[in-house]
Amino acid sequence: MWSYTLRRILSAIPTMLVVITVCYLLLHATPGGPFDSDRKVSAAVLANLQAKYHLDLPLWQQYLLYLKGLLQGDLGASFRYADWSVNDLVASALPVSLAIGGSALLLSAVIGVALGIVAALRQNSLVDYFVMLLGNMGSAVPSFVLGPVMIIVFAIVLKWLPAGGWHDFELRFMILPIALLTIINVSTIGRVMRGSLIEVMHSNFIRTARAKGLPTRVVVLRHALKPALLPVVSLLGPLAISSITSALVTETVFSLPGLGKLIVNGAGNRDYTLVLGLVVLITVLTVTLNLLVDLAYAWLDPKIRY
Amino acid sequence: MPGWTPRFVTESAMLTPEEISGLVAKVADADPRQNTALAAGRSLWSDARRRFLRNKAAIISLGVLALICLACVIGPWVLPHAFDSADWEAMSIPPSFINSHFWGTDDAGRDLLVRCLIGGRISLAVGLLATISSVTLGIVWGATAGFVGGKVDAFMMRIVDMMYAIPYLLIAILLVTILGREFYLVVLTITVFSWMDMARVVRGQTLSLRSMEYVEAARAMGVSTPRIIFRHIVPNLLGVVVIYTTVTVPGVILTESVLSFLGLGIQEPMTSWGVLIQDGAKAMEVTPWILLFPAALLSITLYCFNFIGDGLRDALDPKER
Repeated sequence: MWSYTLRRILSAIPTMLVVITVCYLLLHATPGGPFDSDRKVSAAVLANLQAKYHLDLPLWQQYLLYLKGLLQGDLGASFRYADWSVNDLVASALPVSLAIGGSALLLSAVIGVALGIVAALRQNSLVDYFVMLLGNMGSAVPSFVLGPVMIIVFAIVLKWLPAGGWHDFELRFMILPIALLTIINVSTIGRVMRGSLIEVMHSNFIRTARAKGLPTRVVVLRHALKPALLPVVSLLGPLAISSITSALVTETVFSLPGLGKLIVNGAGNRDYTLVLGLVVLITVLTVTLNLLVDLAYAWLDPKIRY
Repeated sequence: MPGWTPRFVTESAMLTPEEISGLVAKVADADPRQNTALAAGRSLWSDARRRFLRNKAAIISLGVLALICLACVIGPWVLPHAFDSADWEAMSIPPSFINSHFWGTDDAGRDLLVRCLIGGRISLAVGLLATISSVTLGIVWGATAGFVGGKVDAFMMRIVDMMYAIPYLLIAILLVTILGREFYLVVLTITVFSWMDMARVVRGQTLSLRSMEYVEAARAMGVSTPRIIFRHIVPNLLGVVVIYTTVTVPGVILTESVLSFLGLGIQEPMTSWGVLIQDGAKAMEVTPWILLFPAALLSITLYCFNFIGDGLRDALDPKER
C-alpha cells in the first residue's frame, strides 16, 4: 500500500509538470506581448516594465523563474488588474467558490446516495422514476439552461430569491447556485448509486445474507452499502472536474465573484497570467483530488491489491 | 517420431474450415446468455437492427433529430429573413405571425427562428466535425495501444490518464484565449479533449478480443491475421464505436455550447445555440422566449442523441440485455 501511494504521488508530478509546461509554452507562443496596448509607452518605461516581469530574459529562464515562484506558492502578477497579484485575486475568489461548490457537493452526495438507495430497492416506484428522470435530465438539460430557468421561476415570477449577485456570504444569494449545482450532481450520483446497488443486490453474498434470514435493513446497510458505494467514490474525481465546469457556468449565470467568474473574465480580457495561474492552480487541485480518490479506492476495495 | 501426428489434428483436418466455423458458431449459440436472439443464424447486424427498430424512444428520437437537421439546413433558405439583418419595426417582439416572425425577434430585431436554425447549423456542424476527428483519433490511438501492447500500450494509456486528470474546460478556455475563436479552432480545441473515452474503450475491446476463444480458434485454424482483424475484431469493435460515437456527439455539442455561452466559443455575428442561450439569458427578465426557444432546441437535440445512444447500446451490446 505504501509503495503504491508513493508510486501514485510520483506519477502525479509529471502530469502537473506537463500541464504547466504546455500551458506556459502555449502562452508564450502567442504573438503580441502583454504590453502591446493602444497607449504608447516610452522605450524606457517599456524596458522597465519588461525587466520587472522578467520579459527581457530568455524563455527558459523565465520558465524556471515561474516554476520557482509556483513552488513558493506565487502565481505571478495579473497583467490586466494593475496592482493585483494572481494570488490576491484567488484569495478573494476562492472562498466564494468553495462555499458554493463545497456545500453543493456535500448536499448532493447525501441526497444522491439516499435517492439512489431508495430507487434501487424500490424499482419502478415513484422515487425510481424520479431518479431516472433526473439522470436523463442531467445529461440533456445543461446547467446553463437550468440556471436561467430557475432564475425565471424563483426570482422573476415568484420573487422569492435574488436573481444573482453576492453579498458577504448571505444565505439568500447562495440558495439558487447551490440548488443548481446540487441538482446537476445528484443526477449523476443518484443514477450511479442506483445502478451499482442493483448490481450488488444480485450478487451471491447478498443471497447468502438473505438466506441467513437477516432483515432487509441489515442486508442493505451492513452488506450491500459498502461495495455499492465504490463506484460513487470513483465518480468523485470526474465529478470534481465537472464541478469546475458547472462552477464556471453557475458563477456566470448568477454573477458570483468566484474562481469561475475570474477565469471567464480573465479569458475575455486576455489576461494571460491570470488564466495560466488559475489553470495551474485548479490542475494541481484536481490532480491531487484524483490521487486521493485513487488511494481511497485502493483502501476501500478489498479486491484491489498492489 | 516421423509420420506421427496427434490424434486431434488428424480428426480436425478431416473437417473443412467451413465446417469448423459452423461448429464454433454452434458453440457460440449454445451460450445461454445469447441463445434466444442469435438463433436461426441471423447476423449480428440484422439482429441489432431488429432490436433497434423495436425501441420506440430511439426511433422517435431519430425522426425528431432528422427533422431538426432538415429544418436547420433548409429553413434559413425558405424563411423570408436573414439571420443577421435587423427588422427595425419589430424589435423584441414575442412570437407572432406579424411580419412572419414565428418565434419573435431579439433585442436587435433579428428573427429568432432563423437565428436558431443558423445556430443549429453551427452547433451540429461543430458536433459532427469534432466527433469525426475525436472518434478517429480515439480509434487509432486505442487500437494501436491494444494491438501493440507492452511498453507502448502503457505509455499511450498513461497519456490518456493524464488527459483525464486535466480540468479540460479550463485548458479549452486557455486554448481559445490564445488561439482565437475561429470556427475550426473551436472544433480543434474540443477534439483535443474528447477522444480519450473512445481510445480507452477501443483499447479495452481490442485487448479482450485478441484473447477471445473464437480468435484463438481462428488462429488455430490458420486464418490469416488481416482476415482475423476484419472478420472478428472489426465487427466487434464497430458496436462499441457506434455506441460511443452517439455518446460523443451530445458531449461535444454541449462543450461547444458551454464555451459559446461563456462568450469564449463562436463569435458574433456568427451564432450557435450556446451564443443564443447566452443572449437569451441576458434578456430573460423581459423577453423570456429568446432564452426558451434555443434552450428547448438544444435540450431536445441532446435528449434525442441520448435516446438513440441508449437504443444502440441495447441493440448492439448483447450483454446488456
